[in-house]
Amino acid sequence: MTMTVSAEKHHVESGPSLRQRLAAQGFDAVTLLVIPSFVLLALLFIYPFAYGLVLSFEPKAGSAWSNYVRFFTDPYFYSTIWKTLLLSVPVTVLNLVFSLPVAFRVRLLYRQRLLTTILVIPITLGTVLIAEGLLNYLGPQGWFNRALLAIGLIDHPLRLVHNYWGVFASLVINGFPFTFLLVLSYVTGIDPALEQAAATLGASARQRFTHVYLPILMPGLAITFCLSFVQAFSVFPSAVLLGEPAGETRVMSIAAYQAAFEEYDYSLASAIAMIMGFVQLAIVIGMMASRGLFYRGPATGAKG
Amino acid sequence: MIRDTSLRSKLWITAVWALVGFFILNLFAMIASVVTSSFATRWLGTWFPAGWTARWYSSAWSEFQLGDVLLVTFEVVGAVVVISGLLGVTAAYALARREFTGKKIIMLVILLPLIVPPITFGIPLATVLYQTGLAGTFWGVVAANLVPTVPFVILVMIPFIEQIDPRIEAAARVFGANTFKLFAHVLMPLLLPGILAALLLVLVRTIAMFELTFLVAGPTSQTLVVALYYAVFAAGVRAVQSIDAMAVVYMVTTLIWLIVALRFVNPTQIVTRAKQQPAH
Repeated sequence: MTMTVSAEKHHVESGPSLRQRLAAQGFDAVTLLVIPSFVLLALLFIYPFAYGLVLSFEPKAGSAWSNYVRFFTDPYFYSTIWKTLLLSVPVTVLNLVFSLPVAFRVRLLYRQRLLTTILVIPITLGTVLIAEGLLNYLGPQGWFNRALLAIGLIDHPLRLVHNYWGVFASLVINGFPFTFLLVLSYVTGIDPALEQAAATLGASARQRFTHVYLPILMPGLAITFCLSFVQAFSVFPSAVLLGEPAGETRVMSIAAYQAAFEEYDYSLASAIAMIMGFVQLAIVIGMMASRGLFYRGPATGAKG
Repeated sequence: MIRDTSLRSKLWITAVWALVGFFILNLFAMIASVVTSSFATRWLGTWFPAGWTARWYSSAWSEFQLGDVLLVTFEVVGAVVVISGLLGVTAAYALARREFTGKKIIMLVILLPLIVPPITFGIPLATVLYQTGLAGTFWGVVAANLVPTVPFVILVMIPFIEQIDPRIEAAARVFGANTFKLFAHVLMPLLLPGILAALLLVLVRTIAMFELTFLVAGPTSQTLVVALYYAVFAAGVRAVQSIDAMAVVYMVTTLIWLIVALRFVNPTQIVTRAKQQPAH
């Protein structure tokens, strides 16, 4: 501050100094504090992405586009997109559809903390531990199959691990709490007076949901869908450990990993990572763009 | 609160709670089966194991060199927490207090590593780190883990700093505090709860961060979760109970810090930078 004052005195005849002009734009010593973080992210996030993009066009053999041509013509590669979507889309939709009614009940609870704490556990433990636990629990001799046999629902153990359903279950256990907590934060952000007003005017529970809550919630649900989808789309450890990594659950991340660390073809691996990033980005941008179609405005009420 | 007492709505409410109950039951049963297995002598084809023992813990400890792995884990996590705290809090201060041209672009760069999943940017990042020779080393693992944690600290801290009245800082200046005194005696005490919460969340996230560590770690820079992955991946080589014992060690390590973190933060903050919701 004292520096700025002295600079002001100095340049009083020759117009505003560079420092002053920068300060007018919002650049001063405090703004510079952002530089270390920005440099770190530029070096470790932007540069690798750019490098990967360039590298993906420099294949081991063939023309610049040959990695991409190979990906989209070889069923061994392009089928991974389909397999990944077949896992991630149903799981995301299921998690979202189950989260909504639960969030609407939980919002009425006075003590939500116990439930939210329990639901944070699987997120904290992470996919590797969930995969390890489910191998045990869902296995032919595990408690899940045993309980179903004891009740008499099934005659012989279901095959739930080392296939599609194992990965599906792990994505639900990891993804449901994540989706639910996001949805809950949106649902509790809506002023209850809006619903009370609708109820006073004679709207039934269904009408209150479809005509009051849903339009307000749509933008939030779109964001939740994006974040949950992107998480499910990048499934890796459970697809290897709980799934059938050579067949049914050979998702894109496995293909990218194998290209990089088993064939040491970093160019191909980068190309697959870029395609993954592109698919995710396309979904996110599509969802964000569609937000404009929904209601946007105050919903939290004056006391929020 | 609106009360709907018709039979249909009661059935609906019951169904919703049954769903939650089913989910939680399965979650706890899964965790319990790992713990049970880790204490089992032999567990084949029965509800409960034939006998109980704790010897799998000592065998897992020596087989998987858990002592070394835990040490590496805490060193990595410690370095990540300190560095992301220093970089994140200072950057958050600048972003909370100043409006400048290009701020939107910087915010986008900060947001992207949190939206793009680790495995997507991890592969190009690992490629770059392998070429610079950093991959496989301790600092390579720390560097990779900083990519999501620095933005996370920034995003948690910005609203926290914004709520501190800038006039408090101006007042300290008026009374002659220099930058260091301002920081040590005014800002730090006010920011400490926020910093603590953010760093505890970083700690929990880094212990559980699998993808980035997995892609860049070498044999001597593995963290616990990566070692667990390799153990499960090579299942059959070692006794299942031994792997389960390691999984329990991992669970205990993570959950202790989760419990500590939950004393300072709202659980929903682990998922999102939740605004403080009005109590109703």
